[in-house]
Order: sequence, then C-alpha cells, then structure tokens
Amino acid sequence: MGKEEQFDTATQSVEASGYKVVGTRPIRPDGIEKVTGRANFGADCNLPGMLVGRIIRSPHAHARIVSINTDKALALAGVKAVVTSADFPEIGPKARGAGEAPVSFRDMSRNIMARDKALYDGHAVAAVAATTAAIADQAAALIEVEYEVLPHVLDAREAMKPDAPLLHDDLFTKGLDPKPETPSNVSQRFEFGIGDTAAGFAAADVIVEHDFTTQCVHQGYIETHACVANTTEDGMSTVWASSQGQFMVRNYSATVCGMDITKVRVMPAEIGGGFGGKTTVYLEPVAIMLSKKAGKPVKIVMNREDVFRATGPTSGGHAHAKIGAKKDGTITAGELTMEYEAGAFPGSPVQFGCMTGYAPYDIENVKAVGFDVVVNRPKVAAYRAPGAPVAAFAVESALDELAKKLGMDPIALREKNAATEGTQAAYGPKFQRIGYLETLQAAKNHPHYSAPLGPNQGRGVASGFWFNIGGESSAAMHVNEDGTVEVVTANPDIGGSRASMGIMAAEVLGIDVSQVKPLIADTASSAYSMLTGGSRVTFAVGKAVCEAADDVVVQLRERAAKVWDVDIEAVEWKDGAAINTKSDSGESLSLKAIANTAGKTGGPISGKANINATGAGPGFGTHICDIEVDPETGRSSVVRYTAIQDVGTAIHPSYVEGQLQGGAVQGIGWALNEEYIYDDKGCLQNGGFLDYRVPVASDLPMIDTVLVEVPNPGHRFGVRGVGEVPIIPPLAAVANAVAAAADVRMTDLPISPPKLLAAIDGAK
Amino acid sequence: MAKHHVATTINGDPVEYLCDTEQTLLDVLRDNLQLTGSKEGCASGDCGACSVTIDGRLVCACLVLGVEADGCEVGTIEGIAEGDSLHPLQQHFLQDAALQCGICTPGFIVAAKSLLERNPNPTETEMRYWLAGNLCRCTGYDKIITAVTNAASELRGE
Amino acid sequence: MAKVVLQREVARDFANGEAELEILADDVRQLINKLDLKFPGIGERLRDRTAVAIDGEIFQDPLLQPIHENSEVYFLPMIEGG
Repeated sequence: MGKEEQFDTATQSVEASGYKVVGTRPIRPDGIEKVTGRANFGADCNLPGMLVGRIIRSPHAHARIVSINTDKALALAGVKAVVTSADFPEIGPKARGAGEAPVSFRDMSRNIMARDKALYDGHAVAAVAATTAAIADQAAALIEVEYEVLPHVLDAREAMKPDAPLLHDDLFTKGLDPKPETPSNVSQRFEFGIGDTAAGFAAADVIVEHDFTTQCVHQGYIETHACVANTTEDGMSTVWASSQGQFMVRNYSATVCGMDITKVRVMPAEIGGGFGGKTTVYLEPVAIMLSKKAGKPVKIVMNREDVFRATGPTSGGHAHAKIGAKKDGTITAGELTMEYEAGAFPGSPVQFGCMTGYAPYDIENVKAVGFDVVVNRPKVAAYRAPGAPVAAFAVESALDELAKKLGMDPIALREKNAATEGTQAAYGPKFQRIGYLETLQAAKNHPHYSAPLGPNQGRGVASGFWFNIGGESSAAMHVNEDGTVEVVTANPDIGGSRASMGIMAAEVLGIDVSQVKPLIADTASSAYSMLTGGSRVTFAVGKAVCEAADDVVVQLRERAAKVWDVDIEAVEWKDGAAINTKSDSGESLSLKAIANTAGKTGGPISGKANINATGAGPGFGTHICDIEVDPETGRSSVVRYTAIQDVGTAIHPSYVEGQLQGGAVQGIGWALNEEYIYDDKGCLQNGGFLDYRVPVASDLPMIDTVLVEVPNPGHRFGVRGVGEVPIIPPLAAVANAVAAAADVRMTDLPISPPKLLAAIDGAK
Repeated sequence: MAKHHVATTINGDPVEYLCDTEQTLLDVLRDNLQLTGSKEGCASGDCGACSVTIDGRLVCACLVLGVEADGCEVGTIEGIAEGDSLHPLQQHFLQDAALQCGICTPGFIVAAKSLLERNPNPTETEMRYWLAGNLCRCTGYDKIITAVTNAASELRGE
Repeated sequence: MAKVVLQREVARDFANGEAELEILADDVRQLINKLDLKFPGIGERLRDRTAVAIDGEIFQDPLLQPIHENSEVYFLPMIEGG
C-alpha cells in the first residue's frame, strides 16, 4: 500500500553525508532480550519475601474524606502494612522540583494519596501490603472510608462558571488584573502574542472562525505502572521501577516520602511505553512507605482500569480559532483562545498550546490566550508534544476552511505563510535554521498528494511544530581490555535509544557498532541525567555520548603517543585507530591494540561527559491523510497516510520512521476513537481497552514516512528531536480529510461514527 | 481453600504446579513459574500482550484459569527460539525494527507464529485482522506487518 | 542594549505590565539581577524554572548564558515534553 512509491530521503542523504555508522540500521543492542521475553519490565522484578501492595481508590468524583478505618484490614492474617496520607509528610506549596520541569510537590503528594478530599474517581486514599494478592484484595475491601460526596465538575467551561463546584478553596487565578479575591477553578490565564490582531483582522479580506472541542485522551502505554520497593532497617530504599527517568523517580519519591534523595536508589526497569505518561510517579512513594512499615519488599502493579482512572491522561478542552487573510492568502492575523482541563490539580499544558498553535507560520499579528482549569478528573501528565495537538487541531482545521474560502490549495496556503529562518515565532523569538518549508515541498511533491481518490474519500493536510529540548545529560564510556566499549547513560530506552547511542559512539570512535555496548545505569552508578522525554535523548544524551567519545579518543591518542614516544599532537585518530603522523610508514595502533596494552601505558581508559545540552533544533511535520467515510454508518477509515518531518539527521532511520508512524497513529486514535466517558456521577465508564479503543492493526493502512533532513546546527550530526512532532498534525489532517470526504466540518473530537452520521444527516 | 495440582506441558517440558482456583494461567506463568515473557497489559483479553497457545490454539493467558491448563500443551514466548537460534519472526522483528518499547512484542510474536502455522501466505488484510487482538501503542503496526510479511516469506523458503 | 521581553503574566505581576525592556547585561544572571533591582521580587520568579530564548535559541534554566549587545531575549516557560 503505497510502499512502492515511498521516498527514502534518509538513505540518499546518508550516502552523501560521509558518515560510516550514522544513518545505518543496525539491530538494536537490547533486541534479543525483547523478542525472546527475557527483558525485565517493571512488573517482572521479584524479590524473596516480597509482599503484594494494593491501592484503595475513591469511587466518587469529588468527596470529603470524613474518616478512614484500617482496623479490620490490619487484623486480617497476612496483612503487613497499611498506609494513608497520614503516613506521608505534609508538603508546603513552595517545594519545587530540582532538575526536572516545574512541579508542585504539594500537589504531587496529594495526587499520590488524597488528603482531606478525593478529587476524582480513582483518586488513591489508602494502600495495603499483604503476603498474597488474594489477601491484599481482601484487605483492600476491609478498609472503611467514610465520604461526604460533593458536587463535581468535569468540563473546563463548566468549571469556569462562578457557581461551579470548587475543587480547591485556596486556588486563586494567576495572570488576572486585578488579582481576584475569590478562589476559582482557573489556576492561571496565559497570554502570548505579537503585533496587533485587531489591526490584522481589519486588514483581512477573509476571516474564518470556529469553536473546537476535544476530549481527554490517555497515552495508552501497554505496560501498566509497576514497581518494587525494598526499604531496609538502615532507612535505605531500593526501588525497581519502570519510568521515563530513574533520577526523576528518585527525586520525586524521596521528596514525597520526606527522605533524603541519597536514601533512595532507583534501578531502571525496561519501560513498556510512556509517551510522557511515565514522567511522574504514582506508586513508588506508596511502595516505599508500605515496605518501610512492613520491613519487607513490596511490589505494586497497577491494573488497567486504574491506569485509566488515575494516571496521566492529557487535557481535553476547548479552542476557539480566528484567522484573517488577504485574498492572495497572506495571513494578517490569528487568534486562539483555549481552555484546557488540567485534572484535579493545576498544570495543563495549555501554555504550550498557546505557543505552538501558530508557530509554523509567519504572521505579524497573533494573540493566544489560555486558561488552565482544574476539574474532577485525574491530574494530566505529559503526552507527546504536550498541549500542541489540540491547538494545532483548531488552527490547522481553520486554515483548511480558509484555503477553501480563498480557493487555494491547502499546501500552497501554508507555503505562502510558512515560517523560515528569521521568522518571529508567535511566542516571541526568531527561528534559526528550520525545515518547515521543506516538509511542505516534500508533501506537495509526494505521489500521495496527487494520487486519485475513490468514492466517499477525501484528502486532508495539516502541519505541526514542537520546540524540542536539551537539558542535563550524562554519559560515561569504558574501554574494555578487548577493545569493546561500554556506553553508559542514565536514560531509559523507550524506543531504541540504545541503538542511537551506540551508533553515535561508534561514529565518533571510528569502530564497528557491534563493538559498542550501550547500557543504562541506575541512580547510584551514573551522574544525573534529566528524564527521557521532550524528544531530547538522541539529541541531548547523544551529545553527551559524543563528548564522552571525544574524551576517550584524546586518551587513546595519548596512549599511542606514549607507545611511539611522540607528542600527542603528532597522533591523529582515524577510522578507529591512532596514526603516527611522524612515521613515514604510516604507523598505526587500533583501538583494540591500545586497549590490550592499557596497563602498560597508564591503566584503564574511560571517558565521560556531563553537560547541560543546548542547541536543540525545532521540529516541523506535515501529514497527508486520506479518509473514506461510510455514509451509511458514519465510520471513517484511514485509507492512506503519509507523515513527513524535518528530522535533522536520522541516526537510525528505522527508529525515526517508527516515531513518525507511532505518533501519527496515536493522533489518528485521538481524532477518530479515543475519549474518556464519564457517567453523571463523574465516574469513568470506559476504563479498559475494549471501550477506550486505541487503534488496532485492522484499523490502519501502512504509514508512509518521508524523513526530510535539514541538519540542526546545534548538534554535530545535525540531530533534531523527532518524537513529539508526529502526534500534532493528525487530528486536523484527519478532520480535514473527513471534511473533504463528507463535506462536513467536524469540530468536536473524536469523530465517532454516530457524531459524523448526525453531522452528515444535518447537512442534508 | 486447598490449591489445585496441575500437570501440564510448557514449551515441550513437563511442568507441575499448584495454583489457587482464581489464579489465571498468566498469573501462574508469571508469578508461580517465573515465565515473565508473557505480559499483563489489561487482564481482560483486550491487548494480547499475554498471548500463548494451548494445544495449538492462540489464547490470552489472562482469560484462562491456571487449572484449565491441566493436561494441555502450553506454548509461550520463551519456547519460540530453538536453542540459540531465533525464530524467523524474532529475527525479522529485529531486522525490521518492529518494536520500540518491546512490551507487546512477545504477544505479537506468539500470535503471528500461530497465524503463519495456519496460513503461511497471509495477505496484509489477513495479517491485520489476525493481529487486531494485539495492541501496540508505539509502532503504528507498520513495521510489525512488514516483519511478519518478511518472516512468512522466509518460512515459505522464498 | 539587549531587547528583553518578559512573559505577560510576569510583567503584570512585577513590572507594571511593562513586558518589553531595553537592558544591558553580559549574561542571564546579570540580566536577572538588573531586573530584580528595577522590579523587586521579579528575580525569584525568573530564576525559578524558566527558559530563556536568546537570539532564537531556547535555553532551559540558564544562568551564565552570554547575552550580546543587540541580543533579543525572551523569557518563556520551561519547555516540557512527552
């Protein structure tokens, strides 16, 4: 399906690049463990004498916790410990995270274990540890919680009304002038923009304006949250956990438990998907506390329903987009007003929605206003390009309508207004070298864009932007006696990053990638590194790996210089060997030979790099989607899909393509199927994969990819982060294709069959 | 309540175990026998991460009770490779980068093997419907379909 | 003088709504110190997990990043990711 026409720009440019390893597709170093079932994920860790932990959760969307009686549970034979919020220190509002993104530990603590009030269906209120799963289940049922049920609110706009049920009586809206004197569910108003939109709209010949609604969706990683904690009598706790960052788990867990971070050692398990959802902790502090009380290791594995009820979905919400343009397609102004549901505590990604919505475009007058709104839903967590997909859904759908009104091709409209180097982004600063225009040109020239469509089929196009980040990163590199090299980093491998670390190390060292062994260290065995997320690992940790390899190369040259009794400046490093430039015969020593004799020249050889990586290059993508609508049922099927993205340089093109394909499909699910459904009591009704339907294999065609490579000047191989961007365009690409296929503009996601059928019938 | 004694064959080897009535086969494999290659993604038969075969039939181990395996032949991911040589499906999942995080991979390989035993030359649509019970959230399925296609071709000797 | 642009919320809370300023500073630390002298209290806010874009490049949580005479400096929220 479309494969025969696939462009392979990655391969073309790699041949021209002169790299030996970068751009090739070796088998990932951790591959065999993962195809044979040997790899140990979060739930696969077992310790002798281990207890089973269970979390007791609120069945109410909003309720005051009057009392918790644990006597009966504790009296049950086999029960070893019970914890409630009383076992955790009360954390003040000033406590902030170090190293990671800004977090409120007060809120985190109260999310992990409810204090005073349960704020959503599934909010943890107590936990128990027992010798078997059956006893733990029995004990959980014996914990008596008395609730005073309170009125609840689920929707952002409802929660903003003055008479809405109030979640927090100490929450006053920030960013308002004058400062409000009464509490509300709006934690903050954000505003970004440039120019004067009123003047921009006055200069416009055509204005389009739409209101959009999206639902809360979940990252949907297949591995549920799981950990084992072993707290010993010396107050040390070792935690085996699946997460996007072992240092994040250490920092967050220690803080929530009131422990010194050096008292917590976190061993990273393999991670079975995260997409941002595992950038925080839910179970680890509870397991630490249960283990402390019981004096035995405690394992907690979340079930799927609780993953849906109580862990990081991303915000649903509303967006209102208004765009004005001249007859020739020049956009004169863009406005975006958004209200995002943050869940039970402040912190939706609405500000990133405000910043990214118009970022692909060179528009003089932009205003984006966002409201972060608390509601009785689980506290949102990051999800791929947090905040951007909903904003792009609104802007890119409105652009499609604008193109229609102007009678312009949607790619031509985007090309006319595309941001390029030097364009002032809608959030303020000017872009450096970016490749957005190149993705549009690749889309226009792709055979997909001009392929004929069948009956009831339509084609949609949409684009997306994400900043990408660097951050604190560490790498160590040890040269073994046989010339193989261990590459030690501290970032969980969520999608093949061991392979890209190995490739970059091999490229710098000039050796075969099979000679490089990437591994991921625990918190006691490595310098700090920020978590795996924000599309930063191949870029930022990759930079650390390259610099650690540089460090090793310098040492290898020094050793060779000693052997030859020449100055180090006389020794060059080329193709994995030291070359003596003072020797007429071109004397050389391979890495292996130098490693073999390291003892004679000064002992073991190892390098390191600890950096705060800068120079992350923004990413842009453009997707083309063909949808076939069944006019009888309203079902939309994706019949062809092409994801095009400026990836800088693809280190391992297969895993880069995989990011584009996986992100696109998550976006397709967001557009067509996925949503949280609550009953009138505020309880989640579809907390399982049967009713919360992520795309399955039979829903999809092959997902074609085009890797556009506009190298990022901030990385020696030109790497840009790639993981976030691909989830941004699909929402609008799908909606635009539906609009073309069925002649109805769907502004309310997901575009489920009944909703689309009603719209088609309504339009008749 | 007394535990049940179950005698079964797992990946060709005779295995006996004791289990509680309510324990699923997945619990038994993972907790009693430390065969943790089968993963629990949902415990409701919706994700396929625990795919195993019982007497050659593809099932979700989370929907089968441990006691039901009595007298049966159970096949799990741990029995797919022969000695130190990978099954062509395993080889092609690696070559074609058909996994990112890898949590769904054991289930996909067990399910795909079961498909190819019944239908050595499936169409893309047949593959997609057979594997519709296995969820992958990372790959968008594209490279999984490619890997199964290539493995099928190799198994047919092409 | 570098052109310095504050987030509007920060400008409203600390700088009487004055979001765009001209300030001479060698690096981010000096810039924040100068801002804090002008608008007491803003320093703590700007040192607490912000990102700074200097001439288009975003730096997460910077301190010693150099600022040039004609630089454009935007204070932004620290960028997160999935």
